[in-house]
Amino acid sequence: MMLGILSKKVDVQDQQTSPGLWRLAMRRLKADRIAMLSLLVLLCYFIILVLSMTGVIASNWNKEVAVSYAPPTFIGADQNTQDSEKKATPVAALPENPVDPLKDVIKELNTEIATEQTSGGEIDYYGIQDPLAEDMKAIDQQLGGHLLDQQSELKQTLPFGADKWGQDVVLKTIKGAETSIIVGLISALLAVVIGTFLGAIAGYFGGWVDDVLNWFYNIFTSIPYLLLVLAIAAVLQQKGILSIVLILGLTGWTGVFRLIRAEYMKHNSREYVLAAKAIGVSNTRRMFVHIFPNVSHIALVQMSILVVAFIKSEVILSFLGFGVPVGVVSWGSMLNEAQSELILGKWWQLVAASVAMAVLVTAFSMFTDALRDALDPKLK
Amino acid sequence: MSEQQATPPVLLSVENLSVSFKGENKQFIETVKGISFQIPTNTTVALVGESGSGKSVTSLATMGLLPKGQSRIAENSKILFEGKDLLSLNSKQMRAICGKDIAMIFQEPMSSLNPVFTVGDQIAEIMRIHLNMGRKQARQRTLELLTEVGIPSPESKIDAYPSQLSGGQQQRVMIAMAIACEPKLLIADEPTTALDVTIQKQILDLLEALRKRRQMSMLFITHDLALVSEIADEVIVMRHGEIREQGLAKAVLEQPQDAYTKALLLCRPQLSHRPYRLPVISDFMQVQDVPETEAVSLPEVDFAERKRGLVGGEEIILDVRDLKKSFFSRKGLFGKDEFQAVKGASFQLAKGKTLGLVGESGSGKTTIGLLLMRLQQASGGQALFQGKDILAMSEKEFAQYQRKIQIIFQNPYASLNPRFTVGQILMEPMQVHKIGANDTERKKMALELLERVSLPAQAFDRYPHEFSGGQRQRIAIARCLTLKPEILICDESVSALDVSVQAQVLNLLQDLQDEFGLSYIFISHDLSVVKYISDQIMVMNHGDIVEIANSDELYQSPQHDYTKRLLSSIPQGTRQVI
Repeated sequence: MMLGILSKKVDVQDQQTSPGLWRLAMRRLKADRIAMLSLLVLLCYFIILVLSMTGVIASNWNKEVAVSYAPPTFIGADQNTQDSEKKATPVAALPENPVDPLKDVIKELNTEIATEQTSGGEIDYYGIQDPLAEDMKAIDQQLGGHLLDQQSELKQTLPFGADKWGQDVVLKTIKGAETSIIVGLISALLAVVIGTFLGAIAGYFGGWVDDVLNWFYNIFTSIPYLLLVLAIAAVLQQKGILSIVLILGLTGWTGVFRLIRAEYMKHNSREYVLAAKAIGVSNTRRMFVHIFPNVSHIALVQMSILVVAFIKSEVILSFLGFGVPVGVVSWGSMLNEAQSELILGKWWQLVAASVAMAVLVTAFSMFTDALRDALDPKLK
Repeated sequence: MSEQQATPPVLLSVENLSVSFKGENKQFIETVKGISFQIPTNTTVALVGESGSGKSVTSLATMGLLPKGQSRIAENSKILFEGKDLLSLNSKQMRAICGKDIAMIFQEPMSSLNPVFTVGDQIAEIMRIHLNMGRKQARQRTLELLTEVGIPSPESKIDAYPSQLSGGQQQRVMIAMAIACEPKLLIADEPTTALDVTIQKQILDLLEALRKRRQMSMLFITHDLALVSEIADEVIVMRHGEIREQGLAKAVLEQPQDAYTKALLLCRPQLSHRPYRLPVISDFMQVQDVPETEAVSLPEVDFAERKRGLVGGEEIILDVRDLKKSFFSRKGLFGKDEFQAVKGASFQLAKGKTLGLVGESGSGKTTIGLLLMRLQQASGGQALFQGKDILAMSEKEFAQYQRKIQIIFQNPYASLNPRFTVGQILMEPMQVHKIGANDTERKKMALELLERVSLPAQAFDRYPHEFSGGQRQRIAIARCLTLKPEILICDESVSALDVSVQAQVLNLLQDLQDEFGLSYIFISHDLSVVKYISDQIMVMNHGDIVEIANSDELYQSPQHDYTKRLLSSIPQGTRQVI
């Protein structure tokens, strides 16, 4: 009861002195539960990103810690691997064929195998004795027992499984986030900045400026996307995250350009811009101080769409060999690996990468949506 | 009064209608507060009120068009149409009645018609849905309807798209759609507000003739009391969701009982006389608290006539000679189509006086304003301001003169940047033109101006959307005043405002002229407003100036045929009430 009265009072005071745009936006964001939840999720990602970049976690992601394709713990160890050891004598139980001309030879062989097995000799399940067993033992002893220890320490299961090389999928996902988020965010930012700037100029000035920029736009969109990417990659002649950011940023601005251009054309004839012109406000100020805040929501929404698109593009680029170099993991490369794994029924790498991506992308777009609303002084 | 209404059978009966809308903090705010009224058969009932009075909400509730999640109709509300409660019907039953027995005409004909279908198709569609007509039969009927609503050569217009018709013709098409299924009740929501005054008269005549011929009833919603006497038999005056007064139109208009009705009638500038200041609603509503039984006495209104007009020998501040503007539209690959918006306009503006500029849409009156501001480039001619041609100057040279001529736009909702606080809006012109030494000084000046246009100082940190239309227009006026202009161009500056607010803004403009000796170019389509505020009036038609004269002279003895036609279209409803 008291609290209700107090908060009402605060409201009344607030209404008398209208707060600044950003403070107002913050207050609205705080009131929006979905926005706060997605902000929380984004913060988690950010913390993980920072920790992995500084090497606090996931620095040993490329270590072989489990058997190849170790399944997640909640499924349990792979039945096939355990079974395969028992398949060493598959024919032993076969009944003897009385008319087989080779039955004596088979009998002889079988007893031979049987005696060797019971004698406890070093035999793997192919029935072949390891010729290097003695040497390995010697080396192991020299190394202080580490080599064979490690071999035997390879886990049968991991919290979320392992990939082909026995690397922990969870660590891999965390490390992959680093690449993907940086690539997605920075290249989306680059594309939005280029698109907004050119779109603003084209839409605001119109006339020949608009024509020239539209030709430029048409050139960019008329070249098949992949060819353009290959061309830019060839020019850059360098593999790495920076190259991907540049490639994606330089090819991805076209959609933003068209949208922002259209918005500027619309707003340019609005009375508030005419009024600004009437009081003698300069072109740059009209473009970026007057009009931009009114179209910024489009840039924001485009940004969130592009982040998603670029995380996916990085997958394609990696697949084509223009993505991240070997030895660097990203969600894209994980999804790429998952293609062949799926046929074998090893789904965990795919799920880990896509869930991580889906959660980030959903949180990101919900947050930008809420931010857009919060920044609009007209919405209450 | 109820005995009189009892005679004709009741067609629509609204009982205790309350509608609430979801507002801030998801609380429901009551916008229509338990109103009751009846529409008898074969009668026109006018529903009058300003914005926010709940008149449109009432009509939407009748049509079942209120947004579902956003609005709520109280449990005990009833809208009985021929005895059936419309509020209890499901959407399928509702659809069978709407469009057939009850039809509606909206304010904006352009946005109510679908631009990608021909008008014939759109009219025929209704008959095919409601009357199960075949394609051929519906087309035949459409032709008859188009003839009935007075569209010239209906055989050629039936296959036209809405954009190929003029505003008046579009509204006629809307009317044809509405009467296609022979409705018993026609709801017209501000059907003429978006139209020119001459077209408005034609549409009103058409509606009245149709109503008589088809024995319909009509609910005519408007903000303009002057229109009521032209068309309505009965009138209901609404304010803030309540009915203030209802009765026979003649009785209400000639002897209004309610203070608000009186105020509405008096706030509007009248052709017959010109008081020194226009009365405003608050003059009348202060007596509101007096018990109802007591006779409401009218406040003292200064009816002294203000003298207008030029006597000759006034100082001329702006001399416009042969001003021309052509627009070009591309035709084919290289061809150009020329459209002359202003065909050589010459006029003079006297210092400290007001030049009214009237004309219908497309006459080029707004273009003249924009040309003088150099917001559009003139194709030819001169505009001499203090002896210098401001149209021929370079941008740099013009910058000093820019602040001398300012403009107030029509729509106060569009002319203020929604992302700027009022403080930013007011200080920006001063920053651009380096008026005031620093921002502290500018803020002081801005606060003074806010006080001058009667806005509280708290307004400084607020955003435009927190203000009403009239307040926003004051902010726009204050923005112009920051530059201390000598000429103020008012481009339909009061047209978008409610009648009562219009009076306040007109008074403010008049006070400012008296105080600072401003010269106005007052552009408007509203002839009574122009008559009230102007010393001289200039009439434009299709880019030509057809007549310039002192305002009283012009209204008493118009010389040009077009002026005569324009003046005869003004609704004569506003009568002397006192």
